[in-house]
Amino acid sequence: MTRWIVLGFLAALALGPAPSVWAEEEMAKIPGGKFVPLYGTNKKPVKVKAFWLDRRLVSGGDFLKFVEENPSWRCSAVKRLFADEGYLQKWRGDLEPGEADILAAPVVQVSWFSARAYCRSKGKRLPHTEEWELAALADETRPDASADPAFGRKILEWYSRPTGDKGPGPVGSAGKNFYGVYDLHGLVWEWTEDFNSIFMTGESRADRSPDEKLFCGAGAAGTADPLNYAGYMRYAFRSSLKATHTVANLGFRCARDLP
Amino acid sequence: MGGLDARSFKKRTVPGFFLAGVMAALLLAQVPAAPAETPALPEETAVLTAPPQVPPPITRKSPAKVVVKLEVIEEQKTLAEGVQYTFWTFGGTSPGLFIRVREGDLVEFHLSNNPQNKMPHNIDLHAVTGPGGGAASSFTAPGHESVFSFTALNPGLYVYHCATAPVGMHIANGMYGLILVEPAEGLPKVDREYYVMQSEFYTKGRFGKAGLQPFDMEKAIAEHPEYVVFNGAVGALAGDKAIQAKVGETVRLYVGNGGPNLVSSFHVIGEIFDKVYVEGGTVANENVQTTLIPPGGAAVVDFKVQVPGDYVLVDHAIFRTFNKGALGILKVEGEPVAAVYSGKQSDLVLKPEGEAIQKLPEEKAPPVKKKLTKAGRIAEGKKIFERICLACHQMNGQGVPRAFPPLAKSDFLNADVDRAIGVVMNGLQGKIVVNGEPYENIMPQLILTDEEIADVLTYVYNSWGNKGGEVTTAQVKKVRANTKK
Repeated sequence: MTRWIVLGFLAALALGPAPSVWAEEEMAKIPGGKFVPLYGTNKKPVKVKAFWLDRRLVSGGDFLKFVEENPSWRCSAVKRLFADEGYLQKWRGDLEPGEADILAAPVVQVSWFSARAYCRSKGKRLPHTEEWELAALADETRPDASADPAFGRKILEWYSRPTGDKGPGPVGSAGKNFYGVYDLHGLVWEWTEDFNSIFMTGESRADRSPDEKLFCGAGAAGTADPLNYAGYMRYAFRSSLKATHTVANLGFRCARDLP
Repeated sequence: MGGLDARSFKKRTVPGFFLAGVMAALLLAQVPAAPAETPALPEETAVLTAPPQVPPPITRKSPAKVVVKLEVIEEQKTLAEGVQYTFWTFGGTSPGLFIRVREGDLVEFHLSNNPQNKMPHNIDLHAVTGPGGGAASSFTAPGHESVFSFTALNPGLYVYHCATAPVGMHIANGMYGLILVEPAEGLPKVDREYYVMQSEFYTKGRFGKAGLQPFDMEKAIAEHPEYVVFNGAVGALAGDKAIQAKVGETVRLYVGNGGPNLVSSFHVIGEIFDKVYVEGGTVANENVQTTLIPPGGAAVVDFKVQVPGDYVLVDHAIFRTFNKGALGILKVEGEPVAAVYSGKQSDLVLKPEGEAIQKLPEEKAPPVKKKLTKAGRIAEGKKIFERICLACHQMNGQGVPRAFPPLAKSDFLNADVDRAIGVVMNGLQGKIVVNGEPYENIMPQLILTDEEIADVLTYVYNSWGNKGGEVTTAQVKKVRANTKK
């Protein structure tokens, strides 16, 4: 796996995007599809085009290589404009994450700007929220397990528990879904390219102001599936973020368009 | 917001960057300055208290700027004996810390979200005049802090709660508390003040089911809680955690209801509320037995305690009290006042088959004299039970999960009367299974006469869904004879 990442990194550096060589190993092809997102009152499904998604979250080790190559993203050098004071706070030093489990665990305490820069350095991008949500509908055996209450309950139970001092477990430890993508549920929250588009959408809907969408009463009335508490939580979590924020249980993975 | 001002100042002054940076650092280290438009207000930091305590009355005669710092903490806590739940709390307790300010105060509210937390949170204070009660302004990701300010325009007792989607779940997990805005003229002085808040919990396991219990969304939507409690846990206001007062004192309870769903019929058994500030507002009703407190609402009740004893705080929707946990104790100490309340003056038994009321034998009655009726045995047995057995097996014979087996509807008990006699006579040690649950504990040998054993077992067999019947002294004697062999 590591070799592939390194190879991919070199390929991206030397040739730019060259997905066909290594993508199957490192990324999963998520076929396009339609689903009804949580927001919106009209229950209109959104269409998502097929895309590649990293099978694994970016680990502490992956991110260490990135900051080695890109000094401006080191803890001591990063501009406050791009990451708040919590950026990589648990690391011992700029190039010293500390214990081995930090290297193996998904990288957390990274801002949206830094996650984006990382993906760009690989010739990739962050997944869009709708892409992420589509891939995350899958459980181990089905591409869409959202109708199964047990699936929702399991996710909800994970959301309900605080992270604790130990932080998240190693990348890959929360299991693989139908597409062969690991840890979409059960390890950390994940940045998406348009994480705050639900509250701060450019598209103005006449019937309500954007910040009402998922608050209080509007939450229940204005969403497609009031039973989907787990979904609520993801949208609520994302909308609490600013692009400079760093959070102890928020990591990321990258995506890319089909060639 | 002084911190932010300092930072933008730093950004603007590019020349002399270093000096500006030092100044900014100094500014940042200081307490944030009051907004420019209210320079005259003195500043203080609010004292917050965990339930059932209430911060001291405010003695100031004029408004101040009050800084309130509240941290959201998600953590596992005890919901009932042996039952754990992941609470989301304002300040580490559920209900959250009590906030006390004065009418006209400018409140600078700092809401921080512990870095270990999984969830974003915010706060909607019903004492706030403004959109969302502060919800949008205080929406905070884990590891961050939000600050907003409001002026406490209206006096009263108000609920605060989290209003982050899904709101129901945030509240159901324990995110509510009370903020008192004292009227400018203050509240009438009392001797004791306590903070009591009712709420429900919707757990996957039934009431009393041991272990870490997850939130059950279906039960919450159906409004069928497993637990209805005061101050966040079964027994949070009982035993050595009971609230206290002395005879002759005036007690004030600040009572809130966090819900999320049920209206409380708040009542204190054995007391009449001299005054109820209805719905936490300004109007005081007088001489009230039971007051309604809606979810997201509150009431202030004042009463003088004149007679010593235990006064039981209940939701008079009474199954919630005896089956779901909504029970608290106010312990009043002092000398009895017979003129107000006499205590029991006689104990009479209604004979079911006859018209006459029969008097029970006095306690000094001859010890050998045989009881005449089964009803008499039950009455005597009840007294013995309450004196000796209740501490472990509990008032309604329900026992304590994992520690003391239930006597109510107990298969172990009902299967074998002689065995039950033997257990009371000789004690019991080792593993037994009662109603499918294993218990391993020690029941001590009890020093009781054969007649007392017969009485108490007759009471137990005729209570709480057990099989009935009468245990006779002769039966006990037989077991004793067999044991001696």
